[in-house]
Amino acid sequence: MLQNRIIPVLLLEDEGLVKTRKFKDPKYIGDPVNTVRIFNTKEVDEIFLVDIHASKNNTSPNFGLINEIASECFMPLCYGGGIRSLEDAERLFSTGVEKISIQSSALKDLSIVNQIASKFGAQAVVVSLDLKRDFFGKVKLYSSASKGTVNKDWIGFAKAAVDEGAGEIFINSVEKDGTLSGPDIQLVYDIAGSISTPLTYAGGVSSLEDIKNLINAGASAVAAGAFFVFNGPNRAVLISYPRYAEIKKLFI
Amino acid sequence: MQKQTVQILDYGVGNLSSVCNMISKCGGKPVLVSKAGDLNLHEKIILPGVGHYCIGIDNLKSRGFEDVLREAVFVNKVPFLGICLGMQLLFDSSEEGNGVGLGFIAGEVKRFSAQDYPNLKVPHMGWNTVKVRKPCALAKPEDEEMRFYFVHSYYVSCQNEEDILMTTTYGNEFVSAVNKDNIYGAQFHPEKSHRFGIGIFTNFIKI
Repeated sequence: MLQNRIIPVLLLEDEGLVKTRKFKDPKYIGDPVNTVRIFNTKEVDEIFLVDIHASKNNTSPNFGLINEIASECFMPLCYGGGIRSLEDAERLFSTGVEKISIQSSALKDLSIVNQIASKFGAQAVVVSLDLKRDFFGKVKLYSSASKGTVNKDWIGFAKAAVDEGAGEIFINSVEKDGTLSGPDIQLVYDIAGSISTPLTYAGGVSSLEDIKNLINAGASAVAAGAFFVFNGPNRAVLISYPRYAEIKKLFI
Repeated sequence: MQKQTVQILDYGVGNLSSVCNMISKCGGKPVLVSKAGDLNLHEKIILPGVGHYCIGIDNLKSRGFEDVLREAVFVNKVPFLGICLGMQLLFDSSEEGNGVGLGFIAGEVKRFSAQDYPNLKVPHMGWNTVKVRKPCALAKPEDEEMRFYFVHSYYVSCQNEEDILMTTTYGNEFVSAVNKDNIYGAQFHPEKSHRFGIGIFTNFIKI
């Protein structure tokens, strides 16, 4: 049977890995290549690597470092951050990245999704949405590049991204990021029936039970950062990942 | 001990660095070959590939690889492994663009049908388990349960049941790996399937 994927999210800042809380207060986690080596031995389903500086500072992906990370990654690797052109995508794929995740460029103009998907296939393009609830609890698209909400209907935007060729939609709750306080599961209920591609949720995941509930709500995959890199109330850095037997039991 | 050379065909389709990384990790020496004249007809060959069937087969033929591959595989009997599109190209034909393949293994390539299973998401993407149907150099039926990373919308249908090496269930049961004499093929990506992929490549290098 096809298994639902459980994906560690690693945030790259300069040359190191960090973990944020609500998109702020980055805490240093460790060296990216070493961390990926640890995740290798834990047989993770996939790695989602995001450069949180690239879009904000309008810089290109750090191709050299990504290449180094990819060469240690014996599982699928998705990279996001600072991808602005088909050429950027081409260069990333040639370093050994399977999928690229696009956000800021897609918010500006979805045609980049179409360009990349036409050349490399829908399975290679993920469109990621950062979501933030406003004062009234209404879901808004958030742009980490401009640090503000975007005036677009989020589900409509996700559907348009799929029409342009995105093979996967990745949704991330800004308020839940790094809080280990449980997911905003309503987001999954809201969108799951509207898109035909796999859907990945991230934000607030704190237990295997959360993962199970998100899958039951309609997510195809669940991603998490803090859950896999922190241990205990003091957020001590400890890389972990559930054992295959535990994951199998979860989905029976 | 000298490292076993494994030649990886570079014919402009897909990403070769993960295959090279995995060969090195498994103790082999990866060599990228982009010209037919550079192919050593006595060393192992891997045919990777991602993308459209017709582009794959056109690129392979226009670079003159078809004849040299035939000689290496059928005359010299070198171990040969096709991965994903690289396996599909070994078959007679494909529904994707009505492409005509190399015909190394009898059968055709079909698309996952939404008619049979309306809720089946295509592509089949993610980790799935395999059943090993016969013992061969790469895997044995008594091995522990193995799982691999898949990304594909088309699957192969073997004309001869004895060519089936592994099967996987996605909607129906489909053929996820093949073996005929010195020819091997995997629909999944062993280069992205950590421990289980390492097992497949290590066995291939040892043949």
